[in-house]
Amino acid sequence: MSREPVDDTPHVVIEDLVFRHGRKTIFEGLSLTVPRGRITTVMGPSGTGKTTLLRLIGGQLRPASGRLWVDGLEVARLSRRSLYTLRKRMGMLFQTGALLSDFNVFDNVAFPLREHTDLPEELIRHLVLMKLEAVGLRAARDLDPSQLSGGMARRVALARAIALDPQMIMYDEPFAGLDPITMGQIVTLIRRTSQTLGLTSVLVTHDVVEAMAISDQVVLLAEGRVMDMGTVDEVRGRASEWTSQFLEGRPDGPVPFHYPGIPYRDDLLGEQESRT
Amino acid sequence: MKLRFLEVSVGLFVLLGIAALFYLAVQVSNIAEYRDSDTFEVTAYFDHIGGLKVRAPVTASGVRIGRVSRIAYDPERFQARVTMAIQSDHDYLPVDTQASIFTAGLLGEQYIALEPGGDYEMLQEGDEMLFTQSALVLENMIGRFLTNVSAD
Amino acid sequence: MIDFLAGLGRTGLGWFAVLGRASMFLVRVLFSQDAVLRRFSLTVAELYSVGVRSLLIIVVSGLFVGMVLGYQGYITLVNFGAAEALGGVVALSLVRELGPVVTALLFAGRAGSALTAEIGLMKATEQLSAMEMMAVDPYRRVFAPRFFAGFVSMPLLAALFSAVGVIGGYLVGVGLLGVDSGAYFSQMQAVTDWREDVVSGIIKSVVFGFVVTWIAVFQGFDAEPTSEGISRATTQTVVVSALAVLGLDFILTGLMFGDL
Repeated sequence: MSREPVDDTPHVVIEDLVFRHGRKTIFEGLSLTVPRGRITTVMGPSGTGKTTLLRLIGGQLRPASGRLWVDGLEVARLSRRSLYTLRKRMGMLFQTGALLSDFNVFDNVAFPLREHTDLPEELIRHLVLMKLEAVGLRAARDLDPSQLSGGMARRVALARAIALDPQMIMYDEPFAGLDPITMGQIVTLIRRTSQTLGLTSVLVTHDVVEAMAISDQVVLLAEGRVMDMGTVDEVRGRASEWTSQFLEGRPDGPVPFHYPGIPYRDDLLGEQESRT
Repeated sequence: MKLRFLEVSVGLFVLLGIAALFYLAVQVSNIAEYRDSDTFEVTAYFDHIGGLKVRAPVTASGVRIGRVSRIAYDPERFQARVTMAIQSDHDYLPVDTQASIFTAGLLGEQYIALEPGGDYEMLQEGDEMLFTQSALVLENMIGRFLTNVSAD
Repeated sequence: MIDFLAGLGRTGLGWFAVLGRASMFLVRVLFSQDAVLRRFSLTVAELYSVGVRSLLIIVVSGLFVGMVLGYQGYITLVNFGAAEALGGVVALSLVRELGPVVTALLFAGRAGSALTAEIGLMKATEQLSAMEMMAVDPYRRVFAPRFFAGFVSMPLLAALFSAVGVIGGYLVGVGLLGVDSGAYFSQMQAVTDWREDVVSGIIKSVVFGFVVTWIAVFQGFDAEPTSEGISRATTQTVVVSALAVLGLDFILTGLMFGDL
């Protein structure tokens, strides 16, 4: 059963965002919107700052200029308390799961409930079991994070991310390094949680196949700006040279195979000449 | 269960630490001497104080009844003015008590020994002791010794 | 030549940058100290891991240092016929210097490096980031309880070190070498002043506790989130703490016992 989004306004709006890290410019005039209640995937080559984008949305980083709104609130201008209140409505899934090593699975999922609510322990227990059941790990609740495989850790982290019933979840490389079965599990879970809970999901990944399979909207990021944005079919249809190379995984194209330098022939001959 | 062990051991730890502090205070240091903080001050002038330092003991018959609280040079009398803080319950010292600077042992610290006199009036706060004996200065002693030897 | 000076300048500026970051970090940790009472169970857990776990090494070291002091003190004093003064020598050495300083060095090595590694690992596995995104302030939940625990544990450990050391000196001096047991303690009490010696030592260990814990927690917070970064941070905790403790000891000793 899926819920239709109550509100049609975009959940996240980014306008002309500029962000630098040291001397490197990561985003130059980035603009995009994330529609509410849908799955949006941000794709691009490694190092284009996809994770940085999630951190900017979550308020962990501040842009050099430009504006970023989440749910109508300008994130960079929020006080610490307001930011924390906003974050309670967001969930984030880190690449490694980032489970707290001091706690077992149950306590990890219970963590946000215990920290932010005054619910009695019996109720918390019910909620935690519910969330764990949703990700299929209810029986693993007494395990320690060190005993979990990568995929299991990520599922627990997902259960934790939905513990407070957020309105938006951000996924940082959720498919990276998983075997096909586990990947299938994660894909199903992302789609299911998004539909049943009516969540806005923002995925950041470069696993094209999986992403295209579940996304409602796709954003292609490269060189610090949006190369293309739209539904899966739209983007495929419009495919520029660069987009095609990326989506089909061709080794050579606008992004060259060879590291730029002098031509091969000149390099070989040049050495020979300097020796004679 | 785990939490209980944690709390108990932390409690024990803190208790041990405080116990150690108490031990240091009571068994190791002279905290007992701080109990009597009610003192009255008297001064005495010496030609030479030798190695007398502030906080040096003031004794009568070897029993410590006070401490040296201040040492200063008096430019009007060209003598050293030593101020002593004597515990208030020792108010029976006659005004003709003599204060001498002695050394504890051969290499020890210097202290003030009081020998009570026979007067009927007792020392009060702010009084000056009239009879003093300065510390022995090694050079003078050697000089006197040599003079005596050569005189024989 | 110019490159060398430029490199030197850059290193110097780097140190200032670190000091600045460390100070801002410290201020925020101090302001989060209310969490110590509100999350008391967290603080208790930290007191255990930082204080109780250091007990063994502190007590054993204190005992051995006291025994060595007893032995060395006796050998030297007996030449002056002053063996009876052993109690005072042992007590003063421990209470004024060895207690606070050696405890601080051992603490930096055992508890300090553990704190740095723990926090560094949390940073590297993105646990701190995850906490922030779950709207939990890591300063209140992770840093403040640890800072408080270290700060409070150190003076307690130093007192234990000195107390056990005095007993160690007794075991060797009186038990082994024949110093009169009454003289050991009476001489000790005669020369050890509560305010000047014991309290000064306590003040020193409080200062050391503050500084060592600050260094340990900050190094973990500031570490590079790689395994190399964590091991480097852990080493730096021990090295910087040692230098800081010895340097501060010089200054404090000068202020308290001399005319600095």
